[in-house]
Amino acid sequence: MGEELLSVGIDIGTSTTQLILSKLTLENRAAPFTVPRVAIGEREVLYRSHIHFTPLLSDTVIDAEGVRAIVEEEYRKSGYDKSQVDTGAVIITGETARKENAREVLSALSAFAGDFVVATAGPDLESILAARGAGADQYSKEQHKRILHFDIGGGTANLALYDRGELAATGCLDVGGRLIKIDRNSGQVTYVSPVFGRAACPAPAVGQRVTPETLTPVLQAMVEALEQAAGLRPGRDRLEGFLTQGTRWAPATVDGVSFSGGVADCVYQPPEDWLAYGDIGVLLGKAIAASPAFGQVERFRGAETIRATVVGAGSHATDLSGSTIFYRDMDFPMKNLPILKLTRQEEEGTAEELTKAIGDKLNWYADQSGLTQLVLALRGEDNPTYSRIQDLAQGVARGLAPLLAAGFLPVVAVEADQAKVLGQALAALVPGPLLCLDGIHVDNGDYLDIGGPVAGGAVLPVVIKTLVFNKS
Amino acid sequence: MDEKELRSMVERMVLELAGQTPSAPAARTAAAVRREEVTDGCLEDITKTDLRRQYLVQNPRSGQAFQDLKLKTPARLGLGRAGARYKTISMLRMRADHAAAQDSVFSHVPDEFATANGFVPVQTLCQSKDEYLTRPDRGRRFDEENQAIIQKTFGHNPKIALVVGDGLSSAAIEANAVDCLQAVRAGLKAYGLEGGPVLYVKYCRVGASDHIGDLTGAEVVCMLVGERPGLVTAESMSAYLTYKPHIGIPESKRTVISNIHKGGTTAVEAGAHIAELIKTMLERKASGIDLR
Repeated sequence: MGEELLSVGIDIGTSTTQLILSKLTLENRAAPFTVPRVAIGEREVLYRSHIHFTPLLSDTVIDAEGVRAIVEEEYRKSGYDKSQVDTGAVIITGETARKENAREVLSALSAFAGDFVVATAGPDLESILAARGAGADQYSKEQHKRILHFDIGGGTANLALYDRGELAATGCLDVGGRLIKIDRNSGQVTYVSPVFGRAACPAPAVGQRVTPETLTPVLQAMVEALEQAAGLRPGRDRLEGFLTQGTRWAPATVDGVSFSGGVADCVYQPPEDWLAYGDIGVLLGKAIAASPAFGQVERFRGAETIRATVVGAGSHATDLSGSTIFYRDMDFPMKNLPILKLTRQEEEGTAEELTKAIGDKLNWYADQSGLTQLVLALRGEDNPTYSRIQDLAQGVARGLAPLLAAGFLPVVAVEADQAKVLGQALAALVPGPLLCLDGIHVDNGDYLDIGGPVAGGAVLPVVIKTLVFNKS
Repeated sequence: MDEKELRSMVERMVLELAGQTPSAPAARTAAAVRREEVTDGCLEDITKTDLRRQYLVQNPRSGQAFQDLKLKTPARLGLGRAGARYKTISMLRMRADHAAAQDSVFSHVPDEFATANGFVPVQTLCQSKDEYLTRPDRGRRFDEENQAIIQKTFGHNPKIALVVGDGLSSAAIEANAVDCLQAVRAGLKAYGLEGGPVLYVKYCRVGASDHIGDLTGAEVVCMLVGERPGLVTAESMSAYLTYKPHIGIPESKRTVISNIHKGGTTAVEAGAHIAELIKTMLERKASGIDLR
């Protein structure tokens, strides 16, 4: 097969903005003479941009023009044109995601960066992409271990726990290298994040002259929060203090930890000058490296450090649908589709029960202007009979009727391998456009982006945007 | 040596090992004891255990990791051992699976199967299972009477001829053919095609497609046939699709979808895939390696 996709990743973080281009190679993993199974075989980063400071107009507004200029310039330098880009993701991370115009910048940029470049945000996704970019998920899978990955940037530390290759939890702490900024010449503090007040942690005041020694208590508190998150220090007082508002984290015992983000570089190779970046990043990295608690477990050193998130966005955000799917008269890409997932019990009902369950839930997704385009997600059965498929098709077709009447399209995503048969059965029941794809594991609260067909039309690239992660 | 002799020999050896000489009273006691042990209970069906989840090593160093790997293969790994040998459960399971494979080859799809599902039954030149197994050539041709039925069923130059053949596994056909065909028909309909009648061929080899092609001039012959059973499953079915088959057509002109069973590609999803393949073949007027 050997088909390739050019994928872009753009990360607009608290302190830095980066772009990478990578090549995703598709391969058919199925044995000859069986139904094809196309997967992404290789991911190769072709181009890494400079690491730019994220341009801001003020403390609360992103300089949209500035970001766009960076992207344009990096595209030019890379030698690739944005029309060549097949897929990819823009992610807005850390404190930048909380800026007033974050959403507008994100959507404008994703449209600017390429046809099927999707906009993503949210601490869960950020954690996942960073861990995948660093390769922590792969390491956990290959070594059959529980690995907790920390992506420590300027403003936040994103946590992703992988248990034998499976994502087990994500979390976020307000621990970062730029929470305190220091003037390089005078050694005076120029900025202190309000986080420390919230965490009841003694921090220097703006204007105060500091040294590595005077900063030790602050750094120690931050490291202790990380240690408690990894279950390597008893208690959770520090953890609670630095936990990002609105998030949860249950400390878990782990076999190993890994670090990425700008601070990870300072864990492994701190620069000579502790004020090299005019912040506490270097000292924080050194403090983590010196932590006896982290020394108790294995430390996996990932392939990427400061670029982990952007590599994750560029190389790992895109997945492929199953290889036996059904689509008719569809226009791709489709972006930002919310998921309506039935419960297992509802799904196993008769055609009438399915119709009712879908009809009831459709209304949950209605806003002031009425229904919205969404994806109906099903689990599917292991080995269904054809008559069961017919029941399912009938229930779905009737259940989605109000959606179709409102001018939206029937889009069905199944976990089990049965999209083609369900799609063909639905084709007889609904007129016009229809999309039925499988191999998609999504949940209520997730969003799905679907790109145009690749691999000879056999599969669709998809980006699953997990905004809420709580697989329990 | 028949079973009785074998049994008495084993009993004698056991008693000798136990330090007793074989004597009539002892044998009687043994028989009496055995009778007492008989209960109305039911033994567990060991073939119901999913081998991918059966891990028998005691005190493993990385048991969880091994179990993760096992989920990816039906191979008999991580079985532990008793001395230098398999455990009894593993040995029995192997024999049970082997027996299922053999049964599947040697048993017949019931005659009612074809008629109950509305298929038109025919038979190749083979007259018995023995002849079928020993004379593959005769499993590819029909006598005049059956030729006439085939021609009447499909008519002249049909676009599609759907065929089900027992092949080497009756269990595969009984488990998968009906659901698969329903999916094929519905799929064809979605593409604006008509499946037409279904022929059921007893003692069928894949090459029977070619004779059917010659007899009817069908554009695509799609044959669902039972695969030679293995130890993983005795219920695996294949679909062989040939564009304009004729006697002497190279095997490379066939497109095959194999591993259709509940643990592989499910019957319904395979049916949907087959329907699309038929559509593609009709459009591109090719099959097998020509279709790439």
